[in-house]
Amino acid sequence: MSTVEPSAPPREPLLAEGETPETVNRTLGQIPLEHPNARFWWLGFAAAFLFVLSLVASIGWLFLRGVGIWGVNIPVAWGFAITNFVWWIGIGHAGTFISAILLLLHQHWRTSINRFTEAMTLFAVACAGLFPLLHLGRPQYFYWLLPYPDTMGLWPQFRSPLVWDVFAVSTYATVSLVFWYVGLIPDLATLRDRAPTLAKRRIYGLLSLGWRGDMRHWRHYEKLYVLLAGLATPLVVSVHSIVGLDFAVAQLPGWHSTIFPPYFVAGAIFSGFAMVLTLTIPLRAVYGLKSYITDRHLELMGKVLMATGWMVAYGYFSEFFMSWYSNDTFERYLSVNRLAGPYAPAFWTLVFCNILVPQLLWVKSWRRNPALLWSVSILVNIGMWLERYVIVVTSLHRDFLPSSWGMFHGTFWDWSTLLGTFGLFGSLLFLFIRYLPAISLAEMRRMAAKKEGA
Amino acid sequence: MSDHAQGLLAMYESAEPLKAALRRFRAAGFGRLQVYSPYSDDEIDELTPGRPTRIGWVLFAAGIVGAVSAYLLQWYACRNYTLNVGGRPIHSWPSYIPVTFELTVLSAALAGLAALLWFCRLPRLDHPVFNDPRFLRASQDRFFLCVDADEALTDRQRTLELFGPEADVREVPS
Repeated sequence: MSTVEPSAPPREPLLAEGETPETVNRTLGQIPLEHPNARFWWLGFAAAFLFVLSLVASIGWLFLRGVGIWGVNIPVAWGFAITNFVWWIGIGHAGTFISAILLLLHQHWRTSINRFTEAMTLFAVACAGLFPLLHLGRPQYFYWLLPYPDTMGLWPQFRSPLVWDVFAVSTYATVSLVFWYVGLIPDLATLRDRAPTLAKRRIYGLLSLGWRGDMRHWRHYEKLYVLLAGLATPLVVSVHSIVGLDFAVAQLPGWHSTIFPPYFVAGAIFSGFAMVLTLTIPLRAVYGLKSYITDRHLELMGKVLMATGWMVAYGYFSEFFMSWYSNDTFERYLSVNRLAGPYAPAFWTLVFCNILVPQLLWVKSWRRNPALLWSVSILVNIGMWLERYVIVVTSLHRDFLPSSWGMFHGTFWDWSTLLGTFGLFGSLLFLFIRYLPAISLAEMRRMAAKKEGA
Repeated sequence: MSDHAQGLLAMYESAEPLKAALRRFRAAGFGRLQVYSPYSDDEIDELTPGRPTRIGWVLFAAGIVGAVSAYLLQWYACRNYTLNVGGRPIHSWPSYIPVTFELTVLSAALAGLAALLWFCRLPRLDHPVFNDPRFLRASQDRFFLCVDADEALTDRQRTLELFGPEADVREVPS
């Protein structure tokens, strides 16, 4: 949070002209307090909530009948559940990247989007966390994953990345929540002081813990915020590395690869930035936030999208190169099977979405075109889901023994659960926009007062 | 923790006159000054009396405790429930690093939140400064400076001069 001013030439401002602390409070504070665009909100929330109902029904049916309602079977025992898990948790990583890594790098443009993307992280991790639990088969015994002194004298296998995952994902969810809440405290105090009704004043007052902006409190607060960012930075790398190791530690062709941890981290940030664009472009249009989330922000996010897209492309290249270079029959067959096997359409679609489409962003005016950027982001979201699908399914469905080969197809319940998590994610985001400030008020006030990052 | 709220509370429209007043008070030897700001600001922070924060040490210590306990947990587990996988060492320390790291971060972050609340003495919903109706803007766009009654009221006239012409000064109802 230090305010070292770079001596760079003047650039396009990150905040529109004429914004003062008071206009920031008014524009951003009125969204949770006065609920503008109620029609949009209710329609969106209702639509998302329908999918939550589908999720509840799918989970209920799953609990009654077991994982057999999904398409998973031997040999493909990790179908949609693991694909969805990796996809959702990857989306969450962009939020931490924006709020922690860009903070440490003094990228002032993060200020406009960090609160919203941190919320996105929390909700994406909530969706991600569902899938391994649902996939357990006997989800009531989920606590067997945790180390505790039980009467059977059993302990988890700490050499297994799947056990690491339990710790990584639960730590990630908790630390993201702490980071998000600490960031919210001063803004909750602002809402408390602007609240039109006593009830709102009391609720926001309780949530703000009585924050009064004491400079000595700010001193502790700022230090904690930077330290949490410092902790979250290696954390986010560790989480998706461990997710990558879930695959890489297995002996399967197509999974057993040292490129997986870094390639998964890059893929996570790539898909996460795509989701940030998918969400912020409509958000800023509906709530009139274009003076906070400017075209320059979109352009910068487009650049990150393209850069991480190239890292992902390098990962694909490395996988194929290594399978050829290893001279291993099974690895080579896997590559051929991906390119021309039964799942080839999914593979070529992901190449189109993740490698070809982002190349549009080389053109500056296209990076600043919200409609085009939004379309690119949707395609990247689809492409990144397919990437995980291809990694999970093509490796499993034809491994070493042709006699044990098989095919996987998602069932109705696979799709309804996936769509249900879209609804859960959407509903949580709608509730967040409705009741909490989607852009950090305190940080924007400082930016408006000091003209930071201009 | 002594309560500094009962004193003179000045409101400023912007940060500059507040900083000037803070410099005057510091030069005049006033020590018990409370500053309230709608956003954190390095320059105001430097002018505000008080020790630098020690919250970093809390996170550091909690991180060490988390790391050591996580490693001991795994060491205890491998000794008490021995899994021999392909003859690999029972105590295979490299594979214990990820869980050790995760629990280091988790302990440090949770201790950080607890330390923030402890150092700030929060939650506290009933501070005397809230009795001043102007204070609603402390979280929005106004800066406040509170001088402790013991110091301010010994020479009230001089204190008011030190606040400067831009200040809107009132006594804090306790």
